[in-house]
Amino acid sequence: MHNHHAALEWWPQLLLAAPFLFLFILYGILYFLSFHKRKPWPIHRLLLWNTGLALCLISVIGPLARQAHFDFTAHMTGHLFLGMAGPLLLVLGAPITLLLRTLSVSRARKVSAFLRKPLLRVLTYPILPALLNVGGLWLLYTTSLYQLMHEYMLLHILIHLHVFFAGYLFTASIIYIDPIPHRVSYLTRALVLTGALAGHGILSKYLYAHPPAGVPAEQAQSGSMLMYYGGDAVDLVIIIILCRHWYHAARPRTLHSGQISTGG
Amino acid sequence: MDTKMSISSSIKDRTVEYAGRNLLSGFLFGLGLVAFIDEMVFHQLLHWHHFYDLSTSDAGLVSDGIFHAFSWLATVGSLFMVADLRRRGAWWIKRWIGGLLAGGGLFNLYDGLVQHKVMGLHQIRYGVDLLVYDLTWNIGAVVLLIAGLIIIFQTNKTIRQKGTS
Repeated sequence: MHNHHAALEWWPQLLLAAPFLFLFILYGILYFLSFHKRKPWPIHRLLLWNTGLALCLISVIGPLARQAHFDFTAHMTGHLFLGMAGPLLLVLGAPITLLLRTLSVSRARKVSAFLRKPLLRVLTYPILPALLNVGGLWLLYTTSLYQLMHEYMLLHILIHLHVFFAGYLFTASIIYIDPIPHRVSYLTRALVLTGALAGHGILSKYLYAHPPAGVPAEQAQSGSMLMYYGGDAVDLVIIIILCRHWYHAARPRTLHSGQISTGG
Repeated sequence: MDTKMSISSSIKDRTVEYAGRNLLSGFLFGLGLVAFIDEMVFHQLLHWHHFYDLSTSDAGLVSDGIFHAFSWLATVGSLFMVADLRRRGAWWIKRWIGGLLAGGGLFNLYDGLVQHKVMGLHQIRYGVDLLVYDLTWNIGAVVLLIAGLIIIFQTNKTIRQKGTS
């Protein structure tokens, strides 16, 4: 127990916080540039983005991050912020769209060419992010990885980065807010989402009865219930957005335009 | 051919045209609704059902996880389907309710027989004579299912009549 000090020092916390602070500044600059370009960016996206960053920051630096080292429920709160709620809000901030519209045309082309690279096509096909996301959690909580994470600083940093990136990639591959290299059908995305949610829920209930190494039973129970219901809440929002997009895409196009469009 | 004719006939026939989607939407909503009632009433309000039961088999855990996850998609998705059917003027309430009852009954029966009894997920209630509860649960499910099927068969008849006329 007394070895669990890996990330209690200030600098690993700061190291994990730095990318989010960088993103905060970058998005802010792009936000103001968008006004210069006379293509004003909606403020609600800025708010979603910054709230998402705040949730991620809370989970890697400060009191909750410290508490997470002794308390599984606090750890799970942080995990929900860093791996689910934070990424969802960041995806809703549509950073790629903002980037593309503020860059010059030639640079924007380079970015979109990069986004079409085969690697990104594979990474944004929803099944892989789902496996990275939920598979990573199974690995973390059912092996000794969870305990090792508290002892080795590097592992701590890598796992937290993985949780965030897998969460972001997964969310972005299910709901298309930003342009995506390869669009996948609504049904496929809905089924992958269901599979991931099921894997998440099954793991939560499994942890209720089989606490990760070094976690007292009581903490495992409250932590796993938080994981179960918290995961449900975030995924419910993703489901609603996905269905809304379907509803919009499936609208009957000839219903109101009537005679004009049937003329052809 | 003629726009006017196709519009006036489409208002009449749309429900039949979308009969399958009406059934599917109702079925999914029934499934989602029962799962929601189960979670709200029996887990959260009455506390009869437990989050986890030591008797739970691995198959039970997996089955419960998949159904639980699917129920969210089913609930939200089916309601968006209703909205879609309504904007097309194709919502056939009777057939939809038939689907709802069948979906709800079928899922309750699966929950009551397979998940509770075979997989030992959890019992309906603890510290009571279970037989009464199990019978009520499963007979209720069968009644829902049969009522749903009757309505579906009735609407099938309507489809055939409209198809031939």
